[in-house]
Amino acid sequence: MWGLGSRGPGRGLLLALALGGLARAGGVEMKPGDAHGESGGFQVVTFKWAHVQDPYVIALWILVASVAKIGFHLSHKVTSVVPESALLIVLGLVLGGIVWAADHIASFTLTPTVFFFYLLPPIVLDAGYFMPNRLFFGNLGTILLYAVVGTVWNAATTGLSLYGVFLSGLMGDLKIGLLDFLLFGSLIAAVDPVAVLAVFEEVHVNEVLFIIVFGESLLNDAVTVVLYNVFESFVALGGDNVTGVDCVKGIVSFFVVSLGGTLVGVVFAFLLSLVTRFTKHVRIIEPGFVFVISYLSYLTSEMLSLSAILAITFCGICCQKYVKANISEQSATTVRYTMKMLASGAETIIFMFLGISAVNPFIWTWNTAFVLLTLVFISVYRAIGVVLQTWLLNRYRMVQLEPIDQVVLSYGGLRGAVAFALVVLLDGEKVKEKNLFVSTTIIVVFFTVIFQGLTIKPLVQWLKVKRSEHREPRLNEKLHGRAFDHILSAIEDISGQIGHNYLRDKWSHFDRKFLSRVLMRRSAQKSRDRILNVFHELNLKDAISYVAEGERRGSLAFIRSPSTDNMVNVDFTPRSSTVEASVSYLLRENVSAVCLDMQSLEQRRRSIRDAEDMVTHHTLQQYLYKPRQEYKHLYSRHELTPTEDEKQDREIFHRTMRKRLESFKSTKLGLNQNKKAAKMYKRERAQKRRNSSIPNGKLPMENPVQNFTIKEKDLELSDTEEHPNYDEEMSGGIEFLASVTKDTASDSPAGDTGSDTPLTGRSSPRHGPPAAAAAAPEKPLIPARLQRPRAPSPVPPAPAPTQNPESAAAAPAEPPEREPGAGPTPGAGPGPGPERRGLPSAHARSAAARRVHSRRSFQRPRARRRPALLKLASLPPSCHAPPHALEQEETPL
Amino acid sequence: MGSRSSHAAVIPDADSIRRETGFSQASLLRLHHRFRALDRNKKGYLSRMDLQQIGALAVNPLGDRIIESFFPDGSQQVDFPGFVRVLAHFRPVEDEDTETQDPKKPEPLNSRRNKLHYAFQLYDLDGDGKISRHEMLQVLRLMVGVQVTEEQLENIADRTVQEADEDGDGAVSFVEFTKSLEKMDVEQKMSIRILK
Repeated sequence: MWGLGSRGPGRGLLLALALGGLARAGGVEMKPGDAHGESGGFQVVTFKWAHVQDPYVIALWILVASVAKIGFHLSHKVTSVVPESALLIVLGLVLGGIVWAADHIASFTLTPTVFFFYLLPPIVLDAGYFMPNRLFFGNLGTILLYAVVGTVWNAATTGLSLYGVFLSGLMGDLKIGLLDFLLFGSLIAAVDPVAVLAVFEEVHVNEVLFIIVFGESLLNDAVTVVLYNVFESFVALGGDNVTGVDCVKGIVSFFVVSLGGTLVGVVFAFLLSLVTRFTKHVRIIEPGFVFVISYLSYLTSEMLSLSAILAITFCGICCQKYVKANISEQSATTVRYTMKMLASGAETIIFMFLGISAVNPFIWTWNTAFVLLTLVFISVYRAIGVVLQTWLLNRYRMVQLEPIDQVVLSYGGLRGAVAFALVVLLDGEKVKEKNLFVSTTIIVVFFTVIFQGLTIKPLVQWLKVKRSEHREPRLNEKLHGRAFDHILSAIEDISGQIGHNYLRDKWSHFDRKFLSRVLMRRSAQKSRDRILNVFHELNLKDAISYVAEGERRGSLAFIRSPSTDNMVNVDFTPRSSTVEASVSYLLRENVSAVCLDMQSLEQRRRSIRDAEDMVTHHTLQQYLYKPRQEYKHLYSRHELTPTEDEKQDREIFHRTMRKRLESFKSTKLGLNQNKKAAKMYKRERAQKRRNSSIPNGKLPMENPVQNFTIKEKDLELSDTEEHPNYDEEMSGGIEFLASVTKDTASDSPAGDTGSDTPLTGRSSPRHGPPAAAAAAPEKPLIPARLQRPRAPSPVPPAPAPTQNPESAAAAPAEPPEREPGAGPTPGAGPGPGPERRGLPSAHARSAAARRVHSRRSFQRPRARRRPALLKLASLPPSCHAPPHALEQEETPL
Repeated sequence: MGSRSSHAAVIPDADSIRRETGFSQASLLRLHHRFRALDRNKKGYLSRMDLQQIGALAVNPLGDRIIESFFPDGSQQVDFPGFVRVLAHFRPVEDEDTETQDPKKPEPLNSRRNKLHYAFQLYDLDGDGKISRHEMLQVLRLMVGVQVTEEQLENIADRTVQEADEDGDGAVSFVEFTKSLEKMDVEQKMSIRILK
């Protein structure tokens, strides 16, 4: 963008700044080139410095800045103490000094044109595009207050106080009026997004604090622009000619500028989203649209003299969701990196040129009182403003801004390049003391960026400000955190309050219903049905950890081998240290001892533990029900297209109603309820069917359990009569298994028996040869699909290999649903009752029991058949014991 | 449902309730209003049915457990003080709460400990002061969509318990529960702004 710029309107200025230094540096070489040019005849090689000068110089500067950045980061110690922005300014000062020494002309300065047209947009776009929207809009009120009221407050108080001091004569004689002071106040008042970002990104304060400072620095642009323009025109008009009408106009223009800028941003975001919807066949230029259209939003609003920063910020904020959904994965990566590169590059250049610009004796006009008082006033009034506003805000905010936060907020009010560019932009004709303003601004910027930037980190540490933590939340935190969300929304419902999320919910409803339909590709809309995505991802992770596991062992041979069982044959070299650890680990995990090859299992488990953890986290992340707040549109149950959220609602709804039904039943609530129930079950069954038709869809675990319990109970009674052999035969294996697992089983708390895992099929044949032997005549061995203990495997293997002959026979007649006769409605069964539901044994079915059921293929319900079989292949290692223990107790039944 | 002001004085024991829960007069009035709105038969107390009428709760995975928490010890009804007492857990923590900490007075209902304890007892169904693996699994089952297989669920439950379980008894005690969440801003996460 920068290079492009040199051909645009910024050309003249850029040229001017670029020319001076290098022209001189290259002066020596240039002469011969010119001389040759004139000597006539065809030149094989010509030296045309003038021809490439501008882009060349620009590229060189960028190179210098980038190399400097490398240099800074060579020493981690330096960058951890000194913010990069400060280092760059110092570097700029040094370079400026060198150029000055060689040249005696301040040939390179940060010109407003270059800054506003080429350096600022990428930074702001980056900020908008990667804006954490939820956080931003959640704190929008606070941000707006700080940005609007705070900035006006800062401008007014600083300007007026300076004027007051000026009247007292402390500053000496200056050709300066009240309006000039207010103008200066307005340009120095605004917190600078570039400086704030640069410093705060290294400080890592907590996210709320960050978003407030950062958001303020972005949104106060509108205020700054308006104040600046208003006072500039007032100054031009002359103090006496300013009328009340002009003041009103100024206020009106604030709304026009801010809302107009926002609107322009939103409109362009809409355009951009729409365009990316149709770029399917030109993937290669997809990323370009993002930049070009956002940049156009900036220029358009600049053209209309609206707030350009607001425009591009909101363009980024609004388009991010749709663009990310529309463009391909590669394009998204490209956009991400390009944007970061541009922003980071622009930032580097800005700070360096700030330093360079300062080396220019002609702009320096020193007035100690003015400079020092400005520094004092902006700091003091910022602090006062923050305290006052926070006091007001804390009455409405749930997350209170503590005094410590206020200190950081006040101290984080960094001024930067925006102020500098604005002050340079002043017309020296009208503003007589422009140079004083410029030099004061430079001092202020340097002071805030270097001094405050340097000290804010220790300050934050010293005050023990809550820092942002980048660690992945632990499982407990994730789970309970989500539970808290649910609890909160339930309590909100009970207490009858409309939560503060009302607006957001309305918006997301609108978004889903209209915006997304228009702006997102159909495929993208679909893929928000996250199932496929997640399975894909989980699969990928599985594969990665699988391969990584192989690599860790130094051999990928097992991957090439046709059978995954080969994994077992990989040579494990036992290490004594791991043996011990693994044993305790095993005990702790209550892992069944059926696995004789503890060593290998253990090793494997440990190495993939991380990956597995990741997958677990991921699973939770994806599948935990979202709290209502995040999807309130669920209220519209009229809509028929089953969105993910509605599915979720239905699931929960069914679950809840079923539970309630049970208690209704127990309290004998009459027939009506039962009818209702029957209806519900029908619906539910329909849903189940739908689910099972999805290849990867698991049956709702909760649903069938209840009924199944009942059925199985009476089933078992008859089955034992009909097929005594089975039980007899089985008992050998079972006893063995039980004895093997006894240790751990006895350890496990009673609750453990609740594991709903039909594991016999898998664990015994594979891990325990004796068990396998015992069970062999009975069961065709199940090839252990993956020896790995088992990250949740998203795609269940085809049921076929895991089925024993009986069940295979039964398979065709296997709608995962009860036969009407056998499946008692909840009203009819022998009352499972709520207490039964809690009972773990309800879920636990051994392979034996299952086999027995499968015999009675048609008359008997097989509600759980399919899921049970599917599950065989992807078992967690940790729940082997309980079912066997349980089975022993139950078989006599 | 009746004008608010006419019932303002009707709240019995308003002062003692306020002392106990820390609710402001206005909040208490609002809640009382709500209480009477939920109490459809004007019986003066709420039954489970009353709370189950709230549509949104039917789609809240933990809805029933939360309803249950309003009826301690298996009682069939909850009166207004009891109703408010539960809600008081969600009052935001304010400075004065922590400052005016009287050692003699019981901890305010909205203290971090009590907030956590409220959540804990939603998990701890049998009330033995521990979240067993099984109880964890049940909660998980409630909170996780059907796409997750039972094995994955159990795996997760195992891990969750292990992660928090420090004494190795295979269950999470309240102390362990608190500890596992010590990094979390419970005061904030378990507070509702409007319940001030």
